[in-house]
Amino acid sequence: MKKYDVIVVGAGHNGLTNGAFLAKAGLDVLVIEKNDYIGGATVSRNLHKDWKYSNCSYVCSLFRPEIYRDLNLAKHGLQVVTYNGGFTLTEGGDYLGSYNDHERMRREIYRHSPVDVDAYDRFGTEMAKWCRFIRPMLLRTPPDPTSFKFRDLDELAFLAKKFGELGSKDLHDFMRFFTISVADYLDQFFTSDLVKAHKAGSGIIGTGLGPMSPGSAYVMLHHYMGDVDGSMGAWGFARGGMGSIATALCGAFQEYGGELRTGSGVDKILVTNGRVRGVVLENGDEIQADRVVSNLDAKRTFLQILDPKDAGEKVVKAAKRFKIRGSSGKLNIALNGVPEFPALPKGSRLIHGDFHIVDNMEAYERAYDDWKDGRFSKNPYIDALIPTLTDPTMAPEGKHFMSVFVQYCPPSVNGREWTDELVKEFGDNVIDHIAKYSPNFKDLIEHVEVRTPREIENEAGLTQGNIFHGELTLDQLMFNRPFPGYAQYRGPVNGMYMCGSSTHPGGGVMAAPGANAAREILMDMKLSTTVPEDASDD
Amino acid sequence: MRDLSGQNHYLSAVRATPFYEKQKAVDLVNTWHRWQGYTVPDVLDNVTVEYFAIRNSASVFDITPMSKYRIKGPDALAFMNRLLPRDMTKLRVGRVGYTVWCDDEGMVIDDGTVFRVAEDEYWLCAQERQLEVLKRNAIGFQIEYAEITDEVAALSFQGPVTCKILKNAGFAGIETMKMFDLRFFDFPDGEIMISRSGYTGDLGYEVWVQNDQAEAIWDTLFEAGKHYDIRAIGGDALEIARVEAGLIAAHVEFSPANETVRPGHAKSPYELGLGWLVKLDKGVVFNGRRALMKEKKNGSRHRFVKLDVEGNKTACNAYLFDKKHGKQIGHVSSTAWAPTAKKNIALGFVDMPHGEIGTEVWAEIYYMKELKWNTRWAKCTVMKDAAWNPPRKTLTPPADF
Amino acid sequence: MTDMSNTTYDSIIIGGGHNGLVCAAYLAKAGKRVLVLEARGEIGGAANTMTFCDGRKVSPCAHYLNQLNSTVRRDLNLTSHGLKMAGSDISTIALNPEGDHLFLNDQGASGAGISANDAANYGRFMKLMQQYSTMLGFLVDLPPIDIFNPDWDDKVAALKLGWNVRFGLGAEKMSEFLRMVGMNIYDVLDDEFDNPTLKGALAFDAVLGTHTGPRSPGSVLTFLYRMVAGTDGAVELPEGGMGAVTSAMAKAAAGFGATIKTGARVASVIVENCVATGVVLDNGATYSATHIISNADPKTTVMDIVGPRHFEADFVKRVDNIRMRGNAAKLHIALKSLPRFTNLSAEQLRSRLLIAPTHDDVERAFNHAKYGEASANPMMEISIPSIDDETLCDEGHVLSAIVQYAPYTLKGGWTEAAKDNFRDACIDRIARYAPDIRDHIEAAELVTPADLEQRYGMRGGNWHHGELTLDQMLMLRPAPEASRYALPLDGLYLCGAGAHPGGGVMGAAGKNAAKTILSEGRS
Repeated sequence: MKKYDVIVVGAGHNGLTNGAFLAKAGLDVLVIEKNDYIGGATVSRNLHKDWKYSNCSYVCSLFRPEIYRDLNLAKHGLQVVTYNGGFTLTEGGDYLGSYNDHERMRREIYRHSPVDVDAYDRFGTEMAKWCRFIRPMLLRTPPDPTSFKFRDLDELAFLAKKFGELGSKDLHDFMRFFTISVADYLDQFFTSDLVKAHKAGSGIIGTGLGPMSPGSAYVMLHHYMGDVDGSMGAWGFARGGMGSIATALCGAFQEYGGELRTGSGVDKILVTNGRVRGVVLENGDEIQADRVVSNLDAKRTFLQILDPKDAGEKVVKAAKRFKIRGSSGKLNIALNGVPEFPALPKGSRLIHGDFHIVDNMEAYERAYDDWKDGRFSKNPYIDALIPTLTDPTMAPEGKHFMSVFVQYCPPSVNGREWTDELVKEFGDNVIDHIAKYSPNFKDLIEHVEVRTPREIENEAGLTQGNIFHGELTLDQLMFNRPFPGYAQYRGPVNGMYMCGSSTHPGGGVMAAPGANAAREILMDMKLSTTVPEDASDD
Repeated sequence: MRDLSGQNHYLSAVRATPFYEKQKAVDLVNTWHRWQGYTVPDVLDNVTVEYFAIRNSASVFDITPMSKYRIKGPDALAFMNRLLPRDMTKLRVGRVGYTVWCDDEGMVIDDGTVFRVAEDEYWLCAQERQLEVLKRNAIGFQIEYAEITDEVAALSFQGPVTCKILKNAGFAGIETMKMFDLRFFDFPDGEIMISRSGYTGDLGYEVWVQNDQAEAIWDTLFEAGKHYDIRAIGGDALEIARVEAGLIAAHVEFSPANETVRPGHAKSPYELGLGWLVKLDKGVVFNGRRALMKEKKNGSRHRFVKLDVEGNKTACNAYLFDKKHGKQIGHVSSTAWAPTAKKNIALGFVDMPHGEIGTEVWAEIYYMKELKWNTRWAKCTVMKDAAWNPPRKTLTPPADF
Repeated sequence: MTDMSNTTYDSIIIGGGHNGLVCAAYLAKAGKRVLVLEARGEIGGAANTMTFCDGRKVSPCAHYLNQLNSTVRRDLNLTSHGLKMAGSDISTIALNPEGDHLFLNDQGASGAGISANDAANYGRFMKLMQQYSTMLGFLVDLPPIDIFNPDWDDKVAALKLGWNVRFGLGAEKMSEFLRMVGMNIYDVLDDEFDNPTLKGALAFDAVLGTHTGPRSPGSVLTFLYRMVAGTDGAVELPEGGMGAVTSAMAKAAAGFGATIKTGARVASVIVENCVATGVVLDNGATYSATHIISNADPKTTVMDIVGPRHFEADFVKRVDNIRMRGNAAKLHIALKSLPRFTNLSAEQLRSRLLIAPTHDDVERAFNHAKYGEASANPMMEISIPSIDDETLCDEGHVLSAIVQYAPYTLKGGWTEAAKDNFRDACIDRIARYAPDIRDHIEAAELVTPADLEQRYGMRGGNWHHGELTLDQMLMLRPAPEASRYALPLDGLYLCGAGAHPGGGVMGAAGKNAAKTILSEGRS
């Protein structure tokens, strides 16, 4: 029977990235995927007639450009297109628009709050500082702070040097930034509640924190530190939907000789004498390999496919208390036309971007309170987009696909499992909510796919539907991700690795965990690395 | 599409100043750029011709996009004195002062001019936006501050014949205004302010009017100056004049401290050759005071130099060296062929202790002729003064031409 | 004023709160001429004893002593100056509405149907917390480490911290510490325990006096902070109320030669040529000194007493950014006699009684505070000090309770009606556990954060002179350029809780400030 060098469990974008870099190094790699399609949460699904839905992740910014370039993803069909625009609708019938053009953005803020215009620039400068600080860490393996190995000390010294370079005031501001709430952070800059609300959304997306929870400012940075073509904080569409990213990664993987098997769930990782031997599929087949890499989240990895005996008591305990709360839902909608938003002036192209409906900080926080108490938010934050205004490939001519990301949506409702009725209720609430601002919205709807954490977990295999494979809080970042002692992509048994977003640097379609894990595996195999280094500017 | 109202940015990113139509009428080349959201000309006719209007006759340049603020209230003096490193008690009503201002680290946020228009009222004219800076500075002061950029239209009127033209236009007593004086004059639809100030190192004035007076003041100046080759000019000609005059520009000579992302990339007043603006002993706290005291004691990192560059190849973006093929000690920030001084000049920065007046540094210059690149080493002499600093800049009363 | 302008002092301390007095004592002990100026008619600031309803006495703010710095207690010999404890090792009872209470003391946890597993975990958990607090404890007694210009002491402290963390704890506990330190207490409690009453009690202790809920990240740190700052969480009851503590401190200071003036409200600080050289009282009297030390909170010091114009703008902005949202109110009740708490003996009422049924309840109570509302179901720490301390009233009893959450910025303001409403809500809440309490009440008074600000000058009514969150601790407290007690204005210092190590009746900030000032000449 064939024995592989490496088996990667899960063909999400990180699994494919990991597989591609390992295959590029000449290893015999098999990527196994439980679904019939690849991509995990980085997918384009054809669920209604000729529509393609980016039905999980829906925009791209964090994807490491080094990986894009190194794996020749353009050659494999990937195009990431920056989008423009976006707006926050106000209850009073107005809007705050987003413009990529700096001067237009200023004038838009000026329209609402003159005193906040320059503050917006100061805010941008500070965010740029933190992005610049954090980006070089994304394609690096976090050090183990308890270790005295040269490599860890060296990495700690690298961090210390970076902190030292910041200088006293910036370092203090940075420490403050990392621990403050997004609401308190924005209060330092802005006076207008609307301007704050417009900015605060990125502090809560996918997160079990409210905008007033300490630590949410970092979550905002997590959504800012990406770029499209060097434009910091910009987001783009993958042409053809997010699945194009997985397809391109898979193209690279296969070009390097990697093998893919879909429709095969992995039941267990085989371990003998403390050493990985391969995997057992759900159908009972065994496949042998020297190394197994799990692209699954930490809970599924350590509590499902690894035997507790092999994982060890400590790891099982750590995995059990790993925080991976579902807090988001999603509606994927096929539309017969472009919904009208009377608040927007005629001729405005803002609808090409992402739009939001929550215009004050208190409403955000109350949406979070609903979730804390086990309810979906009555008045949720939505991040809605119509990619088909930019990307002609995803819907029939004149028709549109609308992606509506919804925060907050709990993994269970008042302690009970989701039922189809509850799912419908959740979906209807969101639709009603949008319809308040768009009179023709409901009439345009042809098909809706409603996804609560239940659907997200069942299809994409994200435990509790947590889109980041685990909360992005201080206790689960850097050397604490997924938990102390296991942040360097290695599992508790020899030959076992992790490459999913439960590892540093965390969630989002970033591909950094997959690449970092590949680098570690190659290092263990004493092979020279195929993973590119960070190419951030100074 | 032009946006005259400032409200149509959802359709257009281009905003017009009140002088737009006037400039468009004399525009022969259609070369414009954006300046703080407004569209303004680089050139209207020909750079050289426009430059010589500054040095030979009279030039009219639209400075409406400059960031302008009004600061008013019983604490106005105290506020300005804390904001600025100059001793503001010395700036009397009716006077203008050139100044920089710093953050707590003693790094320059911006430079500009302060107008003391009344006992309790100042105008601040800056290169960059300062509203957030004013806001944080205003905490605890009894003042009101407001941005008046969009309310006040302004022209920079520079050249040796400008006083004569203003006299012709009926601004009585204009010749008695000293350098950095400001005065209000009657004008249809309300008083206008004229200051003897500018960014060219030459005789010149700046004229501040309400938006609805803009076209009238334009016409007045051109009518009064019709015999003197008065010209509207674009930014390119001004750029030559300001380098010749040795004046610094934001984002060229310094990165505004409040917009600077990279540690150590901002500059202090001492490093910009503006130590004379810093009055450490003025007896009151001002922004950057502690850091600047330390710098004064421990020394600066860089020195601002005005260079006379050998040969005629501009030292654009050149590194500076202590000797030919020597150690790299700095870089050039601005260059120009100075048409009046007839010199190849540059502004730049060298590491301390290099760059004392009269010493030499070397530039490695890359230049292209007909698509072929060449390199040349040029000796640069550190000049004491700017390449152009004529007595008429400050002479009062100015000669007619 | 007989000594107008003609007496110069080495140090003037603005405010005779506990930190001001401690600072004065240390400076005077070192031979400095020290003048303490207290605006109110009595010393102590919020750490005093006030008379309420027919001569009954209560502590207006904190009523238990659990953080008094042991070095201060020893150095100032507070016992010899009359400080006596009416109760020590006060245990905690977390009340249960059904009467199945949870008892927490040095023996461990019992009652409330607590499982053996939870009880064992509780012991283990508290021991771990104690280990962390032992490891960090020395930081309280030092100024925050200056990372950029470390002097010898800083280097030693940094090494000691590193050593303590790495070798004191060992690799595994160090990892666990680094994981937990930024967490919220709610998750940690869910990870460790099942018993809702236990989780409620610990959650409440973590957020007492803060503007956070148990689910706010950082609440583990505030839990730890109580232990780090104090003596491993041991709770004492000072005889004669909190005023007895400050009066002992004042005696110590006076004993060392410090002059303490009450009724001397500092109107402003004299700044000459960018140096603070003296103070002006509201009656016009002036005093000068080489060191002007403010016991007021940093915002009040910078914004009101000295004035922003004497500081550079970025610093003023940082001070403006300091969050000091007060959320704790104080309820005082004069009782004819002891009420009966369901299933508690009179003896058991000596304990610290907590009303915080579950950690979810605490979080829900916090929800209101976020929106400027008082909690519908407030959480409480109740003390009936008169049981142990006969000096407080001739007859009857006093009950005082710290009540959360009562936000300083209440929507609509703390009108009399709003106060009455909340006071009644609080009494209703107690009545759930002591059904007959209304029959015993002679008078009740609610002291809101707004009252605390008005009476004691603590901005925002925040007990800690600035919220205790990760971004407002150590070298970030109160602002990077002021974390080592010297403000960025020559001659001006902070010695209050707004500086490291922060609030609570500790005295550490006052001591550290004095030591920093005394060591200035050295380096």
